[in-house]
This record gives sequence, C-alpha cells and structure tokens, in this order.
Amino acid sequence: MPTSLKSAPKTYPLTVNHKPVKVAADGDTPLLWVLREDLHMPGTKFGCGAGLCGACTVLMDGQAVRSCQTPLSDAAGHQITTIEGAKALPQGAKLVEAWQEIDVPQCGYCQAGQILSATALLQANPKPSDEEIDGAMSGNICRCSTYIRIRRAIRLAAGLADTTGGAA
Amino acid sequence: MNAPALPAVALHRRAFLSASLAGAGVLAFDADFAFSETPAAAAVAVSAFIRIGADNKVTIGAKNPEIGQGVRVMLPMLIAEELDVSWDQVVIEQTDANDKLYGGQVAGGSTATPRNWLPMRQVGAAARVMILAAAAKTWGVEGASLTTKAGVVYHAASGRSAPYAAFAREAAGLTAPDPAKVPLKTPAQFTIIGQSKKGVDTPKIVTGKPLFGIDVDLPGMLSAALIKAPAHGATLASHDAAAALKAKGVVAVVPINSGFVPVGQFDALAVVADRWWHAQKARDLVKPVWNDAAQKGFSTAGYETAAAKALGATPEVVLTKQGDVGAALAGAAKTVSADYSYPFLAHGTLEPQNCTALFKDGKLEIWAPSQNPNSGRAETAKVMGIAGDDITIHMTRIGGGFGRRLMNDYMVMAGQVARGVAQAVGSKPVKLLFDRTDDLRHDFYRPAGWHRFTAGLDNKGALVAFRDHFITFGKDGKPIRAAEISPFEYPVPVVPNAEIGATYLPTNLATGWLRAPTSNAMCFVYQSFLDEVAEAAGIDLPELMRRTLGAPRDLPGEKGRPPLNTARAVGVIDAVCRMADWKGGKLPDGPKGEKRARGFGFYFCHLGYFAEIAEITLTDATTVRVDQVWAAGDIGSQIINPLNARHQVQGALIEGLGQALVEQKVVQVDGAIQASNFHEFPLIRIDGAPRAIHVEFLKTDYPPTGLGEPSLPPVIPALANAIRVASGKRLRSLPLQLG
Repeated sequence: MPTSLKSAPKTYPLTVNHKPVKVAADGDTPLLWVLREDLHMPGTKFGCGAGLCGACTVLMDGQAVRSCQTPLSDAAGHQITTIEGAKALPQGAKLVEAWQEIDVPQCGYCQAGQILSATALLQANPKPSDEEIDGAMSGNICRCSTYIRIRRAIRLAAGLADTTGGAA
Repeated sequence: MNAPALPAVALHRRAFLSASLAGAGVLAFDADFAFSETPAAAAVAVSAFIRIGADNKVTIGAKNPEIGQGVRVMLPMLIAEELDVSWDQVVIEQTDANDKLYGGQVAGGSTATPRNWLPMRQVGAAARVMILAAAAKTWGVEGASLTTKAGVVYHAASGRSAPYAAFAREAAGLTAPDPAKVPLKTPAQFTIIGQSKKGVDTPKIVTGKPLFGIDVDLPGMLSAALIKAPAHGATLASHDAAAALKAKGVVAVVPINSGFVPVGQFDALAVVADRWWHAQKARDLVKPVWNDAAQKGFSTAGYETAAAKALGATPEVVLTKQGDVGAALAGAAKTVSADYSYPFLAHGTLEPQNCTALFKDGKLEIWAPSQNPNSGRAETAKVMGIAGDDITIHMTRIGGGFGRRLMNDYMVMAGQVARGVAQAVGSKPVKLLFDRTDDLRHDFYRPAGWHRFTAGLDNKGALVAFRDHFITFGKDGKPIRAAEISPFEYPVPVVPNAEIGATYLPTNLATGWLRAPTSNAMCFVYQSFLDEVAEAAGIDLPELMRRTLGAPRDLPGEKGRPPLNTARAVGVIDAVCRMADWKGGKLPDGPKGEKRARGFGFYFCHLGYFAEIAEITLTDATTVRVDQVWAAGDIGSQIINPLNARHQVQGALIEGLGQALVEQKVVQVDGAIQASNFHEFPLIRIDGAPRAIHVEFLKTDYPPTGLGEPSLPPVIPALANAIRVASGKRLRSLPLQLG
C-alpha cells in the first residue's frame, strides 16, 4: 500500500469552556475566528478586528483578552472561557443573572464582551467603585450606549447598592 | 427541527389565525441553532401573525426589524393585549420579510408605534373575535354571552370554560372580521400595554446564542470578504485574481455592483473562501485597478473652503421668505450673528454590515440584518435582473441600526456573490461580511452642514427677524439624501420676518439617515443659536422658548407633516425645568473650584417632543464631564413598554453626547474616507456616560408615537449651552472642542 508522505496538518490543543478541543488551522488565525468559524461558537463577536472595541473579549486563564488580537498559536494550551461558558464561573453566573434582571441589552451585540470584561473585573476586584467599573469597562464599546445599565448590573452582581438612586 | 405538518384547515385569504396541534415543538426560533434550519414559520406564515398550540401557548409573529429598539417585544404586546392572553403564554417569533402579508416592515423614522398602534391591536382583537365565534358554535351559545381572560374562554351562565387552544382549529377556518370594525379595549382594560416587559432575546444574548446576521451558519456555507473602490462612485477598471485564487481556502473572486453605481458596472469585488478569515487574508493578493479620476477632487478641506465662500454669497435657493428680514434687521434694537457647522458622520454599528445569500435554481434566499428588507428585495431584484417574488428574505436580529441598515448595499452585493458562487462551484450559501474599515469607509454618511445665522431683537427683546443661510450638499438646487432642512424650522413660524436659504455643494459621497436624521444636526445649531439670542435678550432659553411659542396652537408646517403643537412643547419644557429645579445655567463651583453649569435644549421631531437639561463639570480648562441629564418627553397617551422606553432614552442621550464629545467625524481625502477603525472614528465609552439620566413622560391626549429618535437631539445643544456657561466659550462646531 502506498504511503502518504504529506504531514498531517498541525493541530493546536485548546480548552474551551472546560472542553478540550484540537483545532486544525493556521497558527496566525485569530482566536476569534477559530471560535466562530472552526468551533461554530458564534457568541464571541467581531467588532473591529483591532482590539479597539472589546466585542470579542474572552477569558484566557481568567484574564480578559481580545480574541481578535490573540493568534491561535498563543491561545494553544490555555483555558478559554467564552460567553457560552460564562455561567460556569461564579462571577460570570452572577453577572449573567444581573444582566437579565436589569435587562441591560439594546441591540445586544456587544454584551458578550461586556459580560466577560465584567467577569474579569469582579474576579480581580469583587467590590469595585464606580470609577473602577468605568476604568475596567472602558475598553468595551456599546454603540447603543447601555452604559448606565452596565454599571447597575455590575453593582448588582457584586452585591453593591445602586448608586444611580434607582433613576432611569 | 422540522415543523410538523399543519392540520388541514382552510385558510381564508384574510385569515391570520392558524391552529397548530403540535404544541411548543413547532417553534424553530426557540431552537439553539435557529439559523441552521428553514424557520418553521414558513409553513404557516402564509397569512399568520398568530398560532395557538395545543398547550395554549400563543406564538405571535413580530414583523419588524429588531435593531435594539425593542420592537420585537412591543408589536407582539399590542397583539397579545387585544387577543386577551397572558404575557407568559406568549412565544415571540420573528417573521420573514413580506410586506404584502404583514404590511410595512421598516425600522426607521420612529414609525413602528404610530403605524402599528391600531393595526396590530386590530389583529389581536380580530383573532379573539374568531375564537369567540368558534367557541359559540362549539358550545351552541350566543357569542355575546362569552368572555375571555388570559387565553381562556368563559361562559358564565353554564360555568363552562376552555382554553383558546380548544377552539383554534375551528377558528382558523373562519373568515376574519374586518379589523377596522372589531371592538378594542379601553386603556383601563389593558393588562399588557403599559407594563414593563424585558427583551425577548436577552436570555439568548447573555448566553451567546446565534441571533445576528453575522451568526448565520448554514451547512456548506462559504464566506466572502469585500474589496470596494476607496473613492466613492469609482468603478472597477480591471483586476488580477490569479494569486488570490491560489490562496488557502479561496474558491472564487466575484466582481459585483453595490447598487449605487450604474447597473452594468462593477465597483466591488468579493473574495470567496471556506472561511471568512481565509477570504480576508487573500484580499491583499487581488490587484484591482479603479476608474476614480472623477472622484479625486472631493475632500473635506475642499468642502470647508467652498462652504466658507458660499456662506458670504447669496443662497442658491430660497426656501423660506416671509416679511422683510433686511428692513427688520436694519430697524432692530439688537442683532446677533453666528456661524455654526457639523461634520460628516459614519454610523459605526458594532455588527459590521453583512448578509448571507443562497442562489439556487434562479431563486435567491437571503438572511439579512436589514432595517428595510423589502426595499432591499426590490433593489436586489433590479440589480440582478431577477423577479422580486423569487427572493425570500429571513430577518435576523440586528447588531445596531442607527439608520445605516435602511440602505441595502450588503444585500444587493450578497445576492450577486451567491450567484457568482453558484456559477463557479455550484449553489452554496455565502456570507458577505465587511471588516471595520470597509464598514467605516463605505457608509452612507450623515451629511455635513454650515449655517450663517442672523437674528434681530426689538427694544422689548422680542425676536423680530431671523435668517439662516444653510450650506450643505446637493445637485441642481436640490439636497442629497438626508441633507434637507424644513422651511418651517423653529423659530421661523413665530418670527414675522424670516428667511432660510440654501446652497448645495457637490460631493461624491453616498449620504444617508443617521438616527434622528437632519434633527440631530438642526437641533444643535438652532437651539444653540437661540440660546445666544436668549442671552442677548437677557433671558434663558426655556423662557425664550415659552415666550416665542406663545398660546396653545398648531404652528404652520410642511404639507403632509405633523405640525408643532405649542402646548405640547411648553409642556415638556416646563416639565424638565421642574424635574431639574432649573434656575438658569449657573451653578456653584465644585469642591475643588471646578466650573459647573447646566444647559437646556428642546426639539420636536418624529412626532415626539423632548426638552432636556445637561449638568456638567469642567474638570480642567478643556475637559468636560457630563454629570447628569434630565429629559421630559411627550409621545402621546400611552407608553407601551415603560422599561424599554427608559432604555431608549438613556441610549439616545448618551449617543447624542457621543456625537458632541468624542471628536466624532469622518474626513475625506481624494474622494475616499480616511477613518480606518474606532481610533479614527471614536464612539463614546462608559467613562463618558453621565452618572444618572432622569426621564419622565407626559401623558397627553394624542395617539402614541415613537421614541427611538426624538429624544436624541436636544441633549447636544443642552451640552453646548452648558459649556457656554461653565467656560464662557460658545462652541459652534461639532464635535465640541475647548482649545
């Protein structure tokens, strides 16, 4: 039997939402497109492709990263959490619940990235001040400007009092 | 999943109620992978807004595009109310685009509420009448002896009751009554309208389920990246695709027409591959040559020079001429003059433009995030030379509209790409996706404008003369899209001597509607200038507005457009002043000596009246922080979904602040837009959002109207007018800059 001498395509091992996967794609493929096109997980969104809008935010070993700026070769071997798995994290679960309680989204497109940036914030700083919330969340654009509700939902998830005085 | 076959029920032409005995399992859009199947609605949406399952779940078709304005909840609320079901029985399903069946399906102009307030309630009421008729027949009783509550029919005399589901099959066979003649509830009977309802898709959004156009994922689907002539209006002279076709995953390079150059010429290329990322990487290997000589002369710098020259010249066209402005100004005790301007703006929807299409057997199936899908069908049919009836359009949730997706260039192009794919490799679905640079550079821009204002006050401080020379873009004495001005722009109707003239400069740019189109700019320049007039008269802007609005009446306006009602205007002005305890713009300095101030703005557009007050702090000489905003609105007798109404106002106000504060503008050089990404077209971020926004709606005896747009404009002059008080500087150009 003839033997193929062509090498098998290189695969990269990742752990996505606690599930080990192997991805056969070029190492320079951004993690964003690996998630969306190879793994068919569309929750992580494409907004700018340049790390400027935060729509593609995921957690890599618990740290918020821009998946559009993270090549597959850099993500290999790491633990990735996407919006599809955010509820498995204690802070993520609280945020997902708070997001629904406040009904944060308008169009909803940026919200996955917002929730993951907020998850990283609360993991590092369980009781952030308003200024700390603004600082940690200013990398995420919401074109519909749901910002007041994002602040409220983060405070609700963190068990902090509402500083907007309940004002709409 | 596949929809089970429907029972054999004769559907009359006007019937829109259909029975489904299969229960909740029929709902394709409830599935996690909604886009991988043909929506089950296709089986019944022949004429269906309402489907009642055996479990008494009521599936209601939401017909309009959802761009974050909450219409996917609001329209079904109207149907559910009059159908007299409970909200927890309701399952909402997005319909396809089919205006012959559903009526208008446009997300634009804040029109969904005024256009659907009665028709959608009539749909629900007519369906309830049919269910009652079926129950009466089944039970052999008089229809008038039956009542309903929460999806159950009651016959008090016999003590019988049964869920709607028991009569759905029978009802579906009846001829629908004339919707205009069915009785509707009184507001006191409402159980759903007026109650806060959360977004139907929120649970899916926060768990990453596929919802948006970009999420469409079909078996065997290909993806396409766009190459478009950088200079607007340029066409493709030639291209070399050989290298790209050898790149990984690439299957075709297809010349296409965006629908905005003459048919028969190409102005774009689509690189088609197995993955969008592969198509995007191969883009640089294609070498296009563009016919763009005629476009090279257009630039922002050129427009500014031409506008400055035109401002001092006689207007090209006179739009308004009443009284004798020249004589009134000559005799005025005081005159005020100022020049104002604002830039071209892109939309920057966070979901880049995209559309998925499958061309098979001469027919086109489309999955589109479009605010105006039925127009897209007509444009696509025209450019492709196929029949509109051969195009099926599925409507996806939309990751931001703001008017950008009223245009359907992505649909026109995706259809052609799908046909090119079918010719090259056989019929396969293909998703065309812009990258951010494509999205910013191939938008339909809010047109820039320049105004030279002059006003005259008499010796009592009354406004007796007003003149505006408006410079914008157009051709042959007519403005281009979204560059119009009303000849009745306030204060024209209340000033005895008034003129508005316009001069139209040429441009190669495609322009379009940006949320609160024309109003977002006109409100800034008019309410800022009137603040200057008020200052000259020694009063504040709310007081100038009250004095000039005068007695309750409708002011003269454009034919076919609703007039400004002065009582409604004064109502919101008084309300916002009460809410904020307005005592003029001055505030005490902050704890570190920072200058603080308030400003006011009012506008009437898209049938809604809003007055707003912005409170700011200058944290240093050139830095503004917006601390809080108050908004009072009058959009008629009923707020349908109070929760969403507040959300819309919050978003509109912060978006308005963004237009003013974050150096938002697009610049053109050699016919091409320069902004490549959000560092060059910034959007407001959370650290620019005010700490609080206070919203009140006045309930007035007018039919309910829309909210997406009218709350946006006033915050821009409110901010500029506050900066005037805090800094002493009058900023007359957007984006606002202090030094």
